[in-house]
Amino acid sequence: MREQLQVDRIRCDGHALCAELLPEVIALDDWGYPIVKAGTIAPALLEHARQAVAACPVLALTLAQRLEG
Amino acid sequence: MDRLLSGPPLTAGTESYGAHQQRFGLLPAAAARSLIGRLEASNLAGRGGAGFPVGRKWRAVAERANRKGVVLANGAEGEPLSLKDRTIMAARPHLVIDGAVLAADAVGADDIIFYVGAEHQAAEAAMRYALTERSADLRGRARLIQAPRGYVAGEESAAVHFVNAGDARPTITPPRPFERGVGGRPTLVQNVESLAAAALVARGDDAGTSLATLSGAVRRTGVMEIGLDATLAEVAASGGGLVRPVQAVLLGGYFGGWVDINDVWALPLAPGSLRARGHAFGCGVLYFLAEETCGVEATARIIGYLASQSARQCGPCLFGLGAIDAACRRLAARSAQPDDLKRIARWSGQLAGRGACKHPDGATGLLRSALGVFADDYAAHQRGFCVHRAPAVGRPVAMAEAVA
Repeated sequence: MREQLQVDRIRCDGHALCAELLPEVIALDDWGYPIVKAGTIAPALLEHARQAVAACPVLALTLAQRLEG
Repeated sequence: MDRLLSGPPLTAGTESYGAHQQRFGLLPAAAARSLIGRLEASNLAGRGGAGFPVGRKWRAVAERANRKGVVLANGAEGEPLSLKDRTIMAARPHLVIDGAVLAADAVGADDIIFYVGAEHQAAEAAMRYALTERSADLRGRARLIQAPRGYVAGEESAAVHFVNAGDARPTITPPRPFERGVGGRPTLVQNVESLAAAALVARGDDAGTSLATLSGAVRRTGVMEIGLDATLAEVAASGGGLVRPVQAVLLGGYFGGWVDINDVWALPLAPGSLRARGHAFGCGVLYFLAEETCGVEATARIIGYLASQSARQCGPCLFGLGAIDAACRRLAARSAQPDDLKRIARWSGQLAGRGACKHPDGATGLLRSALGVFADDYAAHQRGFCVHRAPAVGRPVAMAEAVA
């Protein structure tokens, strides 16, 4: 079981805290909205990912469990 | 050839229930039980644009509905160059209703919604009258709802959202409508032509034809039923031939893509044949772009329309398509900023998958096809030149009106 980041695109307002806290996975487009690298989060980055999720002021970012086939 | 539109000519108006029954007989009573398997075997692909396999969609709802499902027959048809959904609803409403009834029986639904674009008045009138001709039992299970204008109102989560809350903007997924849709119940959202085709499959048809809307540099524009094994050349010939040399075809509508005429002219339009080349039949729009018409300008009009139709909920769609639109306009007007072409190429690869719905995916897919097919024209426009003389045909809306 691995985890991956999901963005609720309707909630996301481009506050961009996630990209600051997790630049290894999240980049920003020209308008400040997140571009999330595809795939699951490396174990070493999980704690940073959780911090990014907690920091989102509009609760648009979540870590979802993914059942690996 | 005609099967969806067989019977009296379209100019004869709406077919009555009596005439429909005379041609097709009663609905095969047991058809619904085995229909899902037959739809899967027929490889019928949805005709709303995405081309999702119809049988698989019905099975997904049937597995969850527990006799409490909903069927939403999607006749919103917001696609500017498409006329086929309003045409089949206006001319053959009973075939659409047959399909919806079969779908309700097959997936286990007790609520049937006909979601018809508010601007398609003839289609709505025909559907409303056709429902009065059907049994009281069916009328008790069915209702007609006007879909608001706009490109995204027909997107399936937007349709469900509108029925539930009067708001025709897409919602985030999952859950998808087949999991939780109208009233929270598993909902089959199915294009009206797909339902009509399913009603033919129930009677033994092989789903080998499709509706298409022809426009642009072809002699007879409008809706035509085509065999899916036909090549584009044969379809153009059925449309009376081309009226002037054509350089490219817009295949599948505004969420489809431009294809160089030489790459597609001899290609059968069957979904598998197109998919193998990276194309899609989509909603059946075939727009023939004349050689003398500038693809950069035609694309700028389409992108401008799509940007204006964003539901304005998601940043990447609202701001990304807005910026792409502005750059496309500058390029079309031969007044580009230094890096406009580079920027739209980069942006066109950044927006897909970053909206609640597929609006940014569709628009950037169209743009990427244009950047390939009209590469030389884009390079010329970036430098301030255009080799074409004639302006592209009208605004998108005018393009659609020209088809009617």
